[in-house]
Amino acid sequence: MSGAGTVKLKINGVEVTAYEGETILEAAKRAGIRIPTLCYLDGLSNYGSCRLCIVEIKGSPKLFPSCTTPVSNGMEVITDSERLRKYRKMTVELLLSEKPHVCAVCVANGNCELQDLAKEFGVDHLRFDREWTRQKIDLTHDFLVIDNNRCILCTRCVRVCDEIEGVHVLDIKARGKDSQIIVDMDEDWGSSRSCTSCRKCARVCPVGAIYVRDKPISETKDKDIAQFIISRRRR
Amino acid sequence: MNKVNFATVWLSGCSGCHMSFLDQDERLIDLAEKINLVYSPLMDVKDFPENVDVTIVEGAVGNEEQLHLLKTVREHTKILIAIGDCAVTGNVTALRNTLDNGSEEIIRRAYIELTDVNPLTPNDVPKLLKRACPLNEVVKVDYFIPGCPPSADLINYVLTEILAGRAPNMEGKAKYG
Ligand code: SF4
Ligand code: SF4
Ligand code: SF4
Ligand code: FES
Repeated sequence: MSGAGTVKLKINGVEVTAYEGETILEAAKRAGIRIPTLCYLDGLSNYGSCRLCIVEIKGSPKLFPSCTTPVSNGMEVITDSERLRKYRKMTVELLLSEKPHVCAVCVANGNCELQDLAKEFGVDHLRFDREWTRQKIDLTHDFLVIDNNRCILCTRCVRVCDEIEGVHVLDIKARGKDSQIIVDMDEDWGSSRSCTSCRKCARVCPVGAIYVRDKPISETKDKDIAQFIISRRRR
Repeated sequence: MNKVNFATVWLSGCSGCHMSFLDQDERLIDLAEKINLVYSPLMDVKDFPENVDVTIVEGAVGNEEQLHLLKTVREHTKILIAIGDCAVTGNVTALRNTLDNGSEEIIRRAYIELTDVNPLTPNDVPKLLKRACPLNEVVKVDYFIPGCPPSADLINYVLTEILAGRAPNMEGKAKYG
């Protein structure tokens, strides 16, 4: 790959060629370099809410979310350092502290991307006092459940419902720590007339917030669903 | 070699972490050569002794008696280790914190609603704290072993490192739940 429409940059000292307009995360993925992510999902638009994918760019004291920062010519990116690990660890701790995550009694225990990241970064306790908030659990749908108490507001469900299923049932209401996922105009899921019950939201939820009732979570999660559907559409 | 004075404490937990500690199986024999057990629910000692080198504490801090004990433990212990999710984050024990009057509601549930005979609120059990909390919200904790319960392997790894004077590295090892 070279020529018009491409740029050259360095990732961890390795020269990488990328398409103009591509994100650092995409360029790194193609070069076989893993950057931890949480809100990002292949096949959906980039949202940039979790900050797990932060990288250092030479010449700037700031940290950049690689899933929303486009590549540019001559850019020098570092994807792993003590500083980055420190902030990624802290981010996971803050996410765990914000809601009453109790993995021992959670449907996603053992199949949770947040739990996996906590393990990866050695989060062995939370340095922040926990918010023992109580938010809405909607049990009105025939088989889908949303428990906002475990939601990390990644909006994967909102995006998959809007961009792949094409119905935009889900959205976020309120701000800051009061933010919650809502169905339609904040109605009960069971009475929603726009939801097609396609389950895509449950497939992409990285944690135990949206799930299919009475089904093992390992069978209902499918991170590749968005990319899979897009690739079929192109054929 | 001088043996280290070792204690285990059980606060608001299900004893699963102590079971996992015992699951170290034959490795307990190696451990026994290095430690001198001075206080534990596994033995009959009433008061927490002075000059303890290492104490592992299971369970969240749920009531006033436990709060008092934990403070004594901290004063008398060089290295305090929180073992299990309840001690580390509050976990199941702290689920009542999400209720508005959690401490009163669970007393009513346990002693009134779920009793067949003599429904009665007890007045001779230690008073529940308004919120159950992890150890590090009350005292300084030196090391943490998360898990519900933590695996015997993880407990053994952490204890082996600490008894050898090294700090355990929890990256890739510490799993909640
Ligand atoms: S969503 Fe994940 S991190 Fe939260 S309680 Fe469930 S398993 Fe634990
Ligand atoms: S089941 Fe499908 S249509 Fe309904 S909210 Fe989830 S993604 Fe949207
Ligand atoms: S419900 Fe799940 S997918 Fe939706 S925003 Fe919350 S954590 Fe993300
Ligand atoms: S993956 Fe980039 S901000 Fe979440």
